[in-house]
Amino acid sequence: MVLNKLKDQVNGNKALTERGKWVSLSFTFGIDNDDYLISIKNGKITQIQKRNLATESGIFAIRAAKSTWIEHWRCIPKRDFHDIWSMLPKQLITLDGNLLPLIQNLQFFKDLIASPRDGKD
Amino acid sequence: MPNFEPIVGRYFTIYVEGQPCRIYVEEAGDGIPLVCLHTAGSDARQYRHLLCDETITKNFRVIAFDMPWHGKSNPPPGFRDNEYRLTTELYKETVMTFCRAYDLVNPVIMGCSMGGRLTLHLALEQAEYFRSVIALEGADKLEPYYDLSWLHRPDVHGGEVCAAFVSAQIAPQSPDEYRWETLWHYMQGGPGIFKGDLYFYWHDGDFDDRSPRINTKNCPVYLLSGEYDSSCTPERTIDTAERITGARTTIMEGMGHFPMSENPELFKKFIYPVLEEILGA
Repeated sequence: MVLNKLKDQVNGNKALTERGKWVSLSFTFGIDNDDYLISIKNGKITQIQKRNLATESGIFAIRAAKSTWIEHWRCIPKRDFHDIWSMLPKQLITLDGNLLPLIQNLQFFKDLIASPRDGKD
Repeated sequence: MPNFEPIVGRYFTIYVEGQPCRIYVEEAGDGIPLVCLHTAGSDARQYRHLLCDETITKNFRVIAFDMPWHGKSNPPPGFRDNEYRLTTELYKETVMTFCRAYDLVNPVIMGCSMGGRLTLHLALEQAEYFRSVIALEGADKLEPYYDLSWLHRPDVHGGEVCAAFVSAQIAPQSPDEYRWETLWHYMQGGPGIFKGDLYFYWHDGDFDDRSPRINTKNCPVYLLSGEYDSSCTPERTIDTAERITGARTTIMEGMGHFPMSENPELFKKFIYPVLEEILGA
């Protein structure tokens, strides 16, 4: 499971966590029909947990099919899958909730989500 | 003495819509004038690699200028009281005024993104003036896919958000050094300028209704589009080519929306044959 490694991959990336030092929130990350809550404090992931209750909610949500995320995390993804903003025009992802903190820190969140891209294909 | 690049930069003033605009321009080389138009929200630094490429500059006088409000060109006096919005008419007038002030004879014009779109307008309306047009990532119609108001508001850093939006447009294979240089230009744009440019690129500049009237015998049209461009997609470029009889199309594999700046080495493979064909015409 890719998300099991995400916390260490992000927190071990000093440049990334430094860029995200103003970010402290939880957001919802959807894979197929499963939602996960990713909690961040000062740019570091503190917790990733499966969402079990409707009352557990992130400030915004990014959701896509599992096959989309698998392609996104390949070393060289196919076009349209290479960036969450290139997925938008192809409707490969959905965005919901309060997008302001996402937009304010967009490159940070893009890099965080792409962190499992490990250079191996 | 330092090892200077061959680029020479200068300033001069043109009048657009009756307003003085102090323009910054860079050029290098001799031969057929090749006017280069930058993308929305950026500036002519995108063309620095072409300006330093002797294979090109031995035959072409490469000229790249910052549009008013961009790079080192000033906004017109009184800009503070006016929201910047690039209309088709303003864009055409600016470029033609620049070319005429420069006394260019029968130049080639190459533009990227919004600049590419403009070259299609010019291929129709200025076919006698331009030797040929090269539209990089310049399909005649696009569909907006995000809300432009995010680009200019006080609670979002304009430079950071512009760069973060367009980073999606760079191919994953492009070298990191040039990816971030391309994005740096976006980080330095003036407030609201990318948004104002996209008014032309996404709305006012649609040209699919007129592109079939371009006569490529009078003004040859070259369309080049990057595989990873998610706005001017290869499909949109092919659709554009189908509307312009005689247009030559190249889909650039492993390239995104900024061929001349995101991967200048790879771009040579695609632009050299086009320039050779123009040279031999």
